[in-house]
Amino acid sequence: MSLRALALTLLAAGLALLLLGLCVGSTGLSLEALRGADDVPRAILWEIRLPRSIGAWLTGALLGVAGATAQGLFRNPLADPYLLGASAGAALGVALVLVGWGSGAVAASVLARLGMTGAAFAGSVGAMVLTLTLARGAEQTLRLLLAGVVVGVVLLAATSVLTLLNPDVLRSMQVFMLGNTALLSGASIAMLLPVLVLAGSAAYGASRALDALALGESTARSLGLPLAGVRFALVGVLALCTGAAVAQCGLVAFVGLVAPHLVRGRCGGAHGPLLALSALAGGALLLSADILARGLFAPQELPVGIVTSLLGGVYLLVLMQRGRFGRTAA
Amino acid sequence: MIRRALVGLLAAALLAATAHAAPVRITDDLQHVVAFDQPPRRIVALLPSLTETVCALGDCDRLVGVDRYSNWPAQVEKLPKLGGLDDPQVEAIVALRPDVVLLAPSLRIQDRLEALGLKVLVLQTRTQADVRRVFQALGEMLGRPDPLAPWRAIDADMARIAATVPPSMHGRSVYFEVDAAPYAAGASSFIGETLARLGLRNVVGPELGPFPKLNPEFVVRADPELVMIGRRNADSLAGRPGWSRIRALKAHAVCAFDPAESDVIARPGPRMAQGAEAMARCLRRLADASAQ
Repeated sequence: MSLRALALTLLAAGLALLLLGLCVGSTGLSLEALRGADDVPRAILWEIRLPRSIGAWLTGALLGVAGATAQGLFRNPLADPYLLGASAGAALGVALVLVGWGSGAVAASVLARLGMTGAAFAGSVGAMVLTLTLARGAEQTLRLLLAGVVVGVVLLAATSVLTLLNPDVLRSMQVFMLGNTALLSGASIAMLLPVLVLAGSAAYGASRALDALALGESTARSLGLPLAGVRFALVGVLALCTGAAVAQCGLVAFVGLVAPHLVRGRCGGAHGPLLALSALAGGALLLSADILARGLFAPQELPVGIVTSLLGGVYLLVLMQRGRFGRTAA
Repeated sequence: MIRRALVGLLAAALLAATAHAAPVRITDDLQHVVAFDQPPRRIVALLPSLTETVCALGDCDRLVGVDRYSNWPAQVEKLPKLGGLDDPQVEAIVALRPDVVLLAPSLRIQDRLEALGLKVLVLQTRTQADVRRVFQALGEMLGRPDPLAPWRAIDADMARIAATVPPSMHGRSVYFEVDAAPYAAGASSFIGETLARLGLRNVVGPELGPFPKLNPEFVVRADPELVMIGRRNADSLAGRPGWSRIRALKAHAVCAFDPAESDVIARPGPRMAQGAEAMARCLRRLADASAQ
């Protein structure tokens, strides 16, 4: 399969899943909503299922871009979008809003206006800025990685203390930690789409630099690459993509890690196509997980993060069994 | 005169002594049988509803320690706090030398406490029937001649509160949201039992379990006439995709509970009538508003 064919296949899969997403809801798989001229089924179709499906695809695409960027930036196939503390920062932001609301403190009104979405975005971007500050910029990769780990661990500890002292926020926190696509709306799309276009094209613009970086830092520098500036820009892309995704859907597991690996074999190490294909693969993965999450036990739902882990994990295993993965990821 | 009073006191003391002579045997929810030669004087309760039940039986003074979340009645706030849902402080519990430790099965420390020589009663409180059963067990343990007397008072309160719900509200369909995932309180949950008692019809049936994570579409389709929710999530309700067309939101038939009210409503214990009253108060307000 050529690059173009794979891209077209993934795009077609995305569209097919979108159609399927319109047919799956609280009544399981049924075409009733598509046929009916009745008011409520139509509202469910256009106001709930359509924005939810598009939103899930966009979030997956953002995570795919973020994952491919992180793996290229750190030259590590195990890197994922949450590596620089984004997930811990977002979790802390959400916990602060939940706890602050309950306590009725003065700051609570400010927090409430910020909302869960704003808090998750601010927390995730804030944690990455903190990581950058601790690492004194993006100059040294190892320093950046370690700072990210430290920020992640410390912020997560703070979140744990908060939830321990306020057990009534436990359920809300669990929803956030396992990812939730249930309440995606038109407003979510209005946030996700511009970020995907903006950050995606920025990452695509820097893809040549990622290619050079893949040859090693000294080689990249000898090629005349402004390493610090490029890294800084890429961390910015990472923060923006992850922040937007986390703000809308919580901590969806595994999509950012696995999406680039699903398509890496076709890209031959070139980051331009890898970024684009990762976005398409991530979108298709999260949308199919969302459809399964709502369809399997309808009208009940599974947390979408559980489904992405199962789907992505199993598919990765199959790839490894076929022997493709080992050859191409190295 | 004084001598007669003394004799009377002595007789009463003797009577009390003989009443407790036979050991009381209590079977807890793990089917462990625990024997008490006399009612325990030092009690540790590690679940708010158990703390509240001991106090409702009139023996709040016997409590020597409670869990971090026990906050009613006010006098228990002064007691040593012995940890929360997953960090019980075994050392501090043992140091209090309690005659009995009351806890929920989820805590998983009963074996350690028993190995340290303490008497432990494991009691589950999830439904109204559980509340009654816990009253029976703890009342017997405390040597009450009529352990279910407080339960009957609570039950009568519930009936009285249910009677204050305006007839126009009877049979209305209701959606009770526990959290914004959305998680609902199903008919089989404690909250669902209270809703049924007030004459409301839960849109989330018992087949979905106590607290199902629902597809939000389900609620739009069920189109409830009433929505009950914590105040935190009440404002964003109409902003959810498709929800503005739900009957309850169109008619502003939304009961938003503040955290203190939510606390009482969700707690299966002696204050269940207070929780029911918070709901009934909202129903009366809505009926008044629609009558005008």
